[in-house]
Amino acid sequence: MKDIREDIAWAKINTDVLRSLENPRKLYWVILLIAIAMIGVAVGCEIYQYNMGMGVSDKNNSHVWGLYIATFIFWIGMSHSGTLLSAILHLMHADWRKPIYRFAEAMTTFSLMTAGLFVAVHLGRVWQIYYALPYPNGRGVWPNFQSPLLWDAMAIFTYLSSSILFLYVGMIPDLAICRDNMNPGWRKKLYTALSLGWEGTDRQWRNFRVTYLTIACFLIPLAVSVHSIVASDFAMSQQPGWHITSFPPYFVAGALYSGCAAIITLFIILRYVFKFEEYMTLPILKKIVRLTFAIAMVWTYLNLIEYATVWYGHDQASKDVLIQKATGVYAPFWWTMNFCGSIVPLIMFFRRFQTNIPVLFAVSLLLNLGMWLERWMIVAPTFSHGYYPWTWDSDQWPSLIQWGIVFGSFGWFTLLFMVFCKVFPSVSMYEVKEMVYHRSLATKKLEATGKLAAAGKGAH
Amino acid sequence: MSKRHLLALFSNFDEAEAAVRELRGLSVKGFNADKDMIVKSPIEHPEVEEFLGDKPVYVQWFTLGGALAGGLLAFFLISGAQANFFSQIKGGKPVVPFPPNFVLTYEMFILGGVYITVLGFLICAGLPARRSPLYSAKVSEDQIGILVQADEAASSTLKAIFTKHQALEIQEEAGK
Repeated sequence: MKDIREDIAWAKINTDVLRSLENPRKLYWVILLIAIAMIGVAVGCEIYQYNMGMGVSDKNNSHVWGLYIATFIFWIGMSHSGTLLSAILHLMHADWRKPIYRFAEAMTTFSLMTAGLFVAVHLGRVWQIYYALPYPNGRGVWPNFQSPLLWDAMAIFTYLSSSILFLYVGMIPDLAICRDNMNPGWRKKLYTALSLGWEGTDRQWRNFRVTYLTIACFLIPLAVSVHSIVASDFAMSQQPGWHITSFPPYFVAGALYSGCAAIITLFIILRYVFKFEEYMTLPILKKIVRLTFAIAMVWTYLNLIEYATVWYGHDQASKDVLIQKATGVYAPFWWTMNFCGSIVPLIMFFRRFQTNIPVLFAVSLLLNLGMWLERWMIVAPTFSHGYYPWTWDSDQWPSLIQWGIVFGSFGWFTLLFMVFCKVFPSVSMYEVKEMVYHRSLATKKLEATGKLAAAGKGAH
Repeated sequence: MSKRHLLALFSNFDEAEAAVRELRGLSVKGFNADKDMIVKSPIEHPEVEEFLGDKPVYVQWFTLGGALAGGLLAFFLISGAQANFFSQIKGGKPVVPFPPNFVLTYEMFILGGVYITVLGFLICAGLPARRSPLYSAKVSEDQIGILVQADEAASSTLKAIFTKHQALEIQEEAGK
């Protein structure tokens, strides 16, 4: 099967994508309402926590991070696949990325924005967050440049701003299409301003190509460094269960994994809601599924390596944390994490499930449940079984306030993402045209050489 | 002599390419194909660059400058701040430790590179820009446009070339 039909008229591509900015299916509004309701829960919990103090979240001296930092890492991880995969596939000239990269990059941006919220929520005294800003002479707060936490802040800022620029630069030709086709109103003004007067001249395209390629080259090492640095928050401490050399690649693999699973979920939702069946095709879905399966196996391998390193390393404190994960109060979650992360993806090995939308939707949600549990199982068990004996009896079940804020963060992400897809084209029109053009050229070439007729089948 | 702008629209690249090749080979007073011709297309089309001939791109020099500036700025800012900590007790550790400083230098290297690349793109691509005197929304849809600027006397020759190569539409406007 072909990734995309090569006989789609270019004008139709414009019409179909522009229609998504105006007439989505009703499910769009249902999703939006649910997202707003979820945000309402989180806002209510945050207001309560703000008024009552951090005690209501059940954080205490041993559990200083809780679900907030676990979820922060989850959202950072989720951000990984969008921009990184888009950049890698762009460098590899993988045509099938073209209909899906725009929403994947938007996913990166909004995941990072969601992650950033948790830093503030976790600190508790949000009105004093400026204390954390590193300007050295005011109040005697000296930035510690040796701290992975500061590296983390810098890396995430770099990744967020670079991802936004990558997303924006790649969108300029499409914004010009929107500008040319919208009726006068706020949208036309917005697109006119953002398209910067783009006209598709040879000079503009020439510089555009080099710029986009250059940013893609920068983003690949940047994305890897971001999650390696997040892993350093843990690996560079002396805590049992965290002080592990393989943590950076393990984190990067986990991040790619959750990001790919999220791309599958959003692919299925957007395909239906915006009627993108002709562009977000099943062969493209199949490719993403195969990629996700490969990454799932890498993650499983690194996960097992981590257990083996702890077990055969004979560091008793680390071993105790591992035993406690498998048999203690967190055991149901730890086993669920392993099941969702390593067993569930095996479904994607079977060809008939690689394009089965209901199954893939359920699988992608389970994969991300596993990935969220992974982050929680990194953070909480170590705090429950550290070097100090006084931490050993502090197994902790997070309060409803923590759960409420975590729950609401999914609504926040969904709201930002869905609003973006309604305001900006979530399928790249000019790149889908390129894809169609390349396919039609390939078919013509085959027809000319007579191979097509001899083979008695399509070009791809 | 007053200039005249012409925009010819073509339905496919082959016809546009043939027109451009003929315009490039044309020797007529008041029209220089290298300076006075702009090709507009709805997609990034490598063939356009082939038939227009090699034209330099300078964005990568901005990238190099931005990345180096970002990295150096980060290293010296951090080192400068650390040097100011000299009054603090360092416990025998180096005042300016290189391994941890490398991480932030690396991040700023990328940040500077990306920011200045985008700035370079805007400068080199001439953006933000006002619309050309002649513009058709069809160019952002499915047609390829050739915008030329020529003396009044040369415009009829150019129009003849466009018509010969089956231009769908020719728009015309007197320049300033």
